Amino acid sequence: MNILETHHIIKDYSGHRALDDVSISIPKGCIFGLLGPNGAGKTSLIRIINQITGPDGGTIIFDGQPLHENHIRRIGYLPEERGLYKKMKVGEQLLYLAQLKGLSKSEAMDKLKIWFTKFDIKTWWDKNVADLSKGMQQKVQFVSTVLHQPDLIILDEPFSGFDPINANLIRDEILELRQKGSTIIFSTHRMETVEELCDNIALIHRSKKVLDGPKEVIKEQFKTNTFFVEYSGELNGLTSQYTVQNARQLPTGFSRADISLPPGTSANHLIQELIAQVEIHSFGENIPTMSDIFMRAVNEVPES
Amino acid sequence: MKNILLVLQREYLVRVKKKSFIIMTFLAPLLFVGFYAAVIWIAVGSTDTKTVQVLDESGLFANQFKNTEELRFVSIQQTLDTAKAQFQRGDANALVFIPENVLDNPKGVRIYAAKNVSLDLKSDIEKTIERQIENIKLTEAGITRKVLEDARVNVSSETISLNEEGEKSSSSGAATAIGGICAFLIYISVFVYGTQVMRGVTEEKTSRIVEVIISSVKPYQLMMGKIIGVALVGLTQFVLWIVLTVLLTSAAGAIFGSKMGDDPEKMQAQMEQVQKGMPGAGMNPATTAMSGADNNPVTEVLEAVGSLNIPYIIACFLFYYLGGYLLYSALFGAVGAAVDNDADTQQFMMPITLPIVFSFVFAQMALRDPDGSLAFWTSIIPFTSPIVMMVRIPFGVPIWELALSMVLLVLGFMGTTWLAARIYRVGILMYGKKVTYKELAKWIFYKA
Repeated sequence: MNILETHHIIKDYSGHRALDDVSISIPKGCIFGLLGPNGAGKTSLIRIINQITGPDGGTIIFDGQPLHENHIRRIGYLPEERGLYKKMKVGEQLLYLAQLKGLSKSEAMDKLKIWFTKFDIKTWWDKNVADLSKGMQQKVQFVSTVLHQPDLIILDEPFSGFDPINANLIRDEILELRQKGSTIIFSTHRMETVEELCDNIALIHRSKKVLDGPKEVIKEQFKTNTFFVEYSGELNGLTSQYTVQNARQLPTGFSRADISLPPGTSANHLIQELIAQVEIHSFGENIPTMSDIFMRAVNEVPES
Repeated sequence: MKNILLVLQREYLVRVKKKSFIIMTFLAPLLFVGFYAAVIWIAVGSTDTKTVQVLDESGLFANQFKNTEELRFVSIQQTLDTAKAQFQRGDANALVFIPENVLDNPKGVRIYAAKNVSLDLKSDIEKTIERQIENIKLTEAGITRKVLEDARVNVSSETISLNEEGEKSSSSGAATAIGGICAFLIYISVFVYGTQVMRGVTEEKTSRIVEVIISSVKPYQLMMGKIIGVALVGLTQFVLWIVLTVLLTSAAGAIFGSKMGDDPEKMQAQMEQVQKGMPGAGMNPATTAMSGADNNPVTEVLEAVGSLNIPYIIACFLFYYLGGYLLYSALFGAVGAAVDNDADTQQFMMPITLPIVFSFVFAQMALRDPDGSLAFWTSIIPFTSPIVMMVRIPFGVPIWELALSMVLLVLGFMGTTWLAARIYRVGILMYGKKVTYKELAKWIFYKA
């Protein structure tokens, strides 16, 4: 079951196509990474999902229905450019934003109390936003994004501006929200975040979707059948089907090398050959990192 | 609709709770009343008596100078030189010298004073001498002052406007004053509150909250909520000003009234003087109570004002205030959305402020000729009508003209709001782009 599907989305700005036939599916309850270089069209897509702008073509299905104005209340959005009313009190501001999302004043009040206790920010209620530090403002904004318990939470670079302690705090909240049934879309350049948190990803580059699917499946696709081995002894003369790369001496006294195999061959024969020549300390497959995949996918697309 | 209300509520409360709003709302009437009080105080308070010595060589002016509260005239009989010498040592404030041949040479009159003489004193003395010389010359010619006085007639025409309701006494003076004040208030408030809308939009844009807000409400709802919220702030301020001014002037009036109770005639004379110097002062009920005499200019104005249909004028004022404000504030909002910060607003302000300023100029012309063709056309065209029509209304405007003007104004602000909304929805998400008019025109035709 998908919480959100976009089908063949097209968005044109004067003389520039920002999104070209973009179709993605976001399964319910997952953390979805929306990746892409700057200017790829991520923000355009997010704005369309948030109904800030409309697409020039294509359809969007939210939880089984065509995207409708009422769905706004089931979506929470944290834009990359954070912003709050500077001269408004934190409490009043959060109440206002919650009411715009359709909560009643008393509902909003109850929920705010929980979050203020959770984040230990009760003393901020009557402070002006301008008097808070940037990190504090980020926390307030995060609360405003998730307060109405949206089914779909869209976070654009959620960790920027947070110190590691608060970043962890936010990360735990995100995981907890997922636990409670929300789906989360991450838009980010930080591959370590994607690596750590995302279940599914889509990569947009030059207005087109170039890659999507479950993270592990994509990694599988990008594997090059290369293995690493750490050993002691002298490695010379493997069968010609194996290519040895990056053989080097490690500070520990061991040696390490990457060995690539022809597609379809098993590593078992390699291990047999290796055992005959050297003492193996460690052996494993080189799994591409999200960063590798990102770089490769982006570089493969020819400049138009 | 609920969203518009929420936005409206926030915009209203944020502004009304501002210190500057509270200070302005309470200070303006205080300043107004304080200004009044100061003028009255000065008028009433300056009563130290000045001594004027009169050296009358002609002998024609014995007892002609009347002592008043401020001036005491003392007749002296000396040569001019001794008088001058004594004057310098004495404590008299001025010395008037009337030469023997004053009848033939009126320019020979001299006023000596240690410091400069006030214009009042000078004209007082001149008038007395003129009058006496006139009398003497008239008597010589065989005419007495009595004859002359009988011949003088005081003409004060009463304007009667004829309409379906029959004869109704009206005063073009009062109509002019009220029309002018209403037009001025609309002129000022369109500027003040229009700019507030613009600032509000730019603030949302620069603080980047706008993206959060419009992921919850439609840009159109946000814009309308803001515009209406600010309109209500304006109305609140108007109402509070009127109420506070009335309260304060009555309070001040009561205090002054009791203080001056021992000399009501003088008090009244001074009040009149104060009021003559101030246009529109006659509208104030508190001061009316203080100068209750008949047949003075103040009560005439009051009667004239009473003859106008005040509730009708207030209703029209509110309509044209709202209409004019809505028409222009939408455009101000669009400008706020198109630029990144306050400094960039200048280039787009011009086409908006020009028609407002022109309206005010047209209004002044319309005051002189409320039924002329310029007044007619500018009071029909929506961009100038809110200000110009307010000038014409107290003079009486045919129903069809008023209806046409109102309908066009409503259509006008629907038009500008539509236009502004289209620029607004694109502009609020556009950053770091130097916007040109060409660009704005393109935005209007963008699809949502």
